[in-house]
Amino acid sequence: MTVAVEPARVFGSGIRRREDPRLLTGTARYTDDIVLPGLAHAAILRSPHAHALIMRIDTSRARTAPGVLGVFTAADTDGILTPIPCCWLLPGSKLKTTPYHPLAKDAVQYVGDPVAVVVAESPYQAQDALELIDVEYEPLPAVVDPQKAAQQGAPALHAEAPDNVAFHWTVTGGDVDAAFKCADVIVRERIVQQRLIPNAMETRGAVAQFVPATGELTLWNTTQNPHIVRFVMSLVTGIPEDRLRVIAPEVGGGFGSKIAQIPGDFITVFCSMKLGRPVKWTETRTENYQSTTHGRDHVQEVELAATRDGRVTGLRCTVWAGMGGYLSTAAPGIPTILHGLMLSGPYTIPAVKEDVYGVYTNTTPVEAYRGAGRPEATFMLERMMDRLADEIGLDPVDVRRRNIIPPFQNGHDVITGLKYDSGNYEGALAKVLEHVSYDALRAEQKAARDKGRYIGIGVSLYVEICGLGPSQVAGAVGFQGGLWESAIVRFHPSGKVNVFIGASPHGQGEETTFAQIVADELGVAVTDVKVVHGDTDATPMGWGTYGSRTTAVGGAALAIATRKIKDKAKLLASHLLEAAVEDIDYSSGRFFVRGVPDRHKTIQDIALMANVAWNMPEGMEAGLEATSFYDPPNFTYPFGAHVAVVEVDPETGHVTLKRYVAVDDCGPQINPVIVEGQVHGGVVQGIGQALWEEAVYDDTGQLLTGSLADYAIPRADMLPDIEVLSTVTPSPHHPLGVKGIGEAGTIASTCTVYNAVIDALEPFKVQSVRMPLTPERVWRAIREGAERGAGAPPLDTLGAP
Amino acid sequence: MKLPVTITINGRAYQREIEPRLLLVHFLRDMAGLTGTKIGCDTSQCGACTVLLDGVAMKSCTCLAAQADGASITTIEGLSADGQLAPIQEAFWAKHGLQCGFCTPGMVLATRALLETTPQPTPEQIRHALEGNMCRCTGYQNIVRSVQHAANMMGGRP
Ligand code: FES
Ligand code: FES
Repeated sequence: MTVAVEPARVFGSGIRRREDPRLLTGTARYTDDIVLPGLAHAAILRSPHAHALIMRIDTSRARTAPGVLGVFTAADTDGILTPIPCCWLLPGSKLKTTPYHPLAKDAVQYVGDPVAVVVAESPYQAQDALELIDVEYEPLPAVVDPQKAAQQGAPALHAEAPDNVAFHWTVTGGDVDAAFKCADVIVRERIVQQRLIPNAMETRGAVAQFVPATGELTLWNTTQNPHIVRFVMSLVTGIPEDRLRVIAPEVGGGFGSKIAQIPGDFITVFCSMKLGRPVKWTETRTENYQSTTHGRDHVQEVELAATRDGRVTGLRCTVWAGMGGYLSTAAPGIPTILHGLMLSGPYTIPAVKEDVYGVYTNTTPVEAYRGAGRPEATFMLERMMDRLADEIGLDPVDVRRRNIIPPFQNGHDVITGLKYDSGNYEGALAKVLEHVSYDALRAEQKAARDKGRYIGIGVSLYVEICGLGPSQVAGAVGFQGGLWESAIVRFHPSGKVNVFIGASPHGQGEETTFAQIVADELGVAVTDVKVVHGDTDATPMGWGTYGSRTTAVGGAALAIATRKIKDKAKLLASHLLEAAVEDIDYSSGRFFVRGVPDRHKTIQDIALMANVAWNMPEGMEAGLEATSFYDPPNFTYPFGAHVAVVEVDPETGHVTLKRYVAVDDCGPQINPVIVEGQVHGGVVQGIGQALWEEAVYDDTGQLLTGSLADYAIPRADMLPDIEVLSTVTPSPHHPLGVKGIGEAGTIASTCTVYNAVIDALEPFKVQSVRMPLTPERVWRAIREGAERGAGAPPLDTLGAP
Repeated sequence: MKLPVTITINGRAYQREIEPRLLLVHFLRDMAGLTGTKIGCDTSQCGACTVLLDGVAMKSCTCLAAQADGASITTIEGLSADGQLAPIQEAFWAKHGLQCGFCTPGMVLATRALLETTPQPTPEQIRHALEGNMCRCTGYQNIVRSVQHAANMMGGRP
């Protein structure tokens, strides 16, 4: 007897990435690697003041420096560049936008605000000439803390917003005041979600080639969304969109920092327009810290109401979200739509209210950073869950279980007005607890504590909103664009396939996973599919790669396009096989007459016949190609449960991360190896926020963590291995059931590690420590706890300071 | 003032007249046209610019091109021959040791230097050896696996 062996399905297999050979051999081309005949080089002079009036700029000496082709200031851009638009105009929030000029006009609003640009024959000459520009400033008082900036009497940045409040947004659900009035227990905390610098390893940059004779612009740009760049660039420069080609070549990571169009992009294009030569601008890392958008920067005051037995009855909070000196492209939507609507997380919470103040401060503009709003919401909620557990003397896991939303497969309404697609939060929690042997771990913790060792355990649940669309919702919440994606699938006569997508992956591996989708749907070899992206002249419109949406939305567009192809191919097969279409079956790339598998046509046969078109059915067009524009009916909601184990050295305050376990559910996995890689990277970025990273400004607005020497991104020797597990709960509305995984790790890991550290400090009655949890801060918290007494180990048992 | 230098890169001699202040990394990228070597910072932290100078791993942004006069450099472009990936490159591919790829040339060359001196490194040794090479995408875990896999493929031989 022979056993039929199903061929291994390519969807779901961890095949190697086809992106890698070019990246591994140094043959990939990033923006800074682009060289064009006659290429000139731009360098940007940036404000050394956080807040100042520009009294006078003298560029005469720079103009005559060796190799200099041009020196420009805001005055030169008049009538050529408009201000940079904010593209998320939150309705009902009294949003106050202000002119955001690519080159600052009369005043500067942050250290790094561009003031002038030099273009020269070489980058060194451009840098040299910057030193020869004289700018006279009249410094003004500055403000960097968002909560302070919103207080009366704070220095005002913009006449349009004299109180510095760019918007005030509110979300409410249920009767939150009643919940607090009747609460058995109320816990409160002030949380600072410190400002972070995204640190994609490739800094931002642009190469602009404007051809005066044709009025056409080609722009190579370090971007996550070339089609949005084309749209916005056309608005600002007046170059018609059809003459404007944006290419995102190889892009070295983004994490949200390559979504916005920043001043340098427009300045580079402007220089090329003025000089009629191609111009390149590449940030130095130090410049990147000032000029590319930052993330987070919330001050949160949170209170949670509950019954004595641990049922949450209300959540109320006020957030001051720093926006920086100007509103960046998508900035207003991040601490609001992507944050406030996720307030109740994976729990049944009957009443919520949040007030969010977006506040101008004299700092670099803030944008999306991996997770964008959702880590800040998850942190808040998971922190308060631990506080509640502590208050009523329950285990943190038990408190969560008392409030968790039961499993659902097809829609669950939550109090903020969202409808989650599918979830099994208890399943993820059970899996992670079993994996770490939670009860045994707690016993170990206790035994260690008896020996004077401080182990801490953090447990977090999360659910995130991603797969952004639908476009109708985008419009309703003020996003000035759509949120659909598109795909074209084209069969060539030889049976090879090109896929063209509007999204723009930059390290996530969709050239591979999208080929897997096509191979799975159409039965072609995965190696016969090539995915093209990142060039607006070659690809259909798409809104970009962020919000874990490329696979969730673009992947759906692709699946639908392949199914359209299959439908057409079946009709053609029936014609060629001279059988009724109802009698045609399909399996693994073959169409055959039911019951007569020998009478068949392969998809490659069909592709050839469709392309030569010798024998088409009446009314059928030639070619085998399909386009799909997919606008999702709902968001997707991945979720998971994570556990961290830390040890704190009470003598030094040093935190050692001993173990990290992630259970994530992003629906069916197209390529589990790539999913695992996304989780690793995401988790580590979130750990970075908990333990090491912060963009620090002094009170005058100087960026103290001004280079990679001062800003602590995680290094290889600072981390344990991350244990990655998963559960699979398909999205009911997605053609492949997939949800998205790019941000999951970051959303969960900051609070998980933070809660673990606070748990380790339980004997010292420490309830909060400002992030990042540096040894000094932890050490101080321990001392203060010990000094307060209250059963804490006495100071002299902790060793010498 | 221009200085004449001769620097051998991946076995080929490049004779150029350079400004004395020119950094080696700019020589590689701009004068030799070998853009595989990346620049990720301006404070010698990130390791994206790592190359081998006379067999020793070094950050090419910390060295003047003039100092490398007469030296022999290996860059990422010099590792694979005839379209065949070198074992370290194969290992990074097999173990998903890269995502955006920007840190990868530096990581691969730092790995090569590590395996020269420590043909069978432990995970701790690998993490320690690569602490000067930053990666923002992978969380390093698959890079460690890649290095271990490379060591195994190379049978403990440097
Ligand atoms: S570019 Fe040389 S260490 Fe960063
Ligand atoms: S793979 Fe992107 S920085 Fe390492």
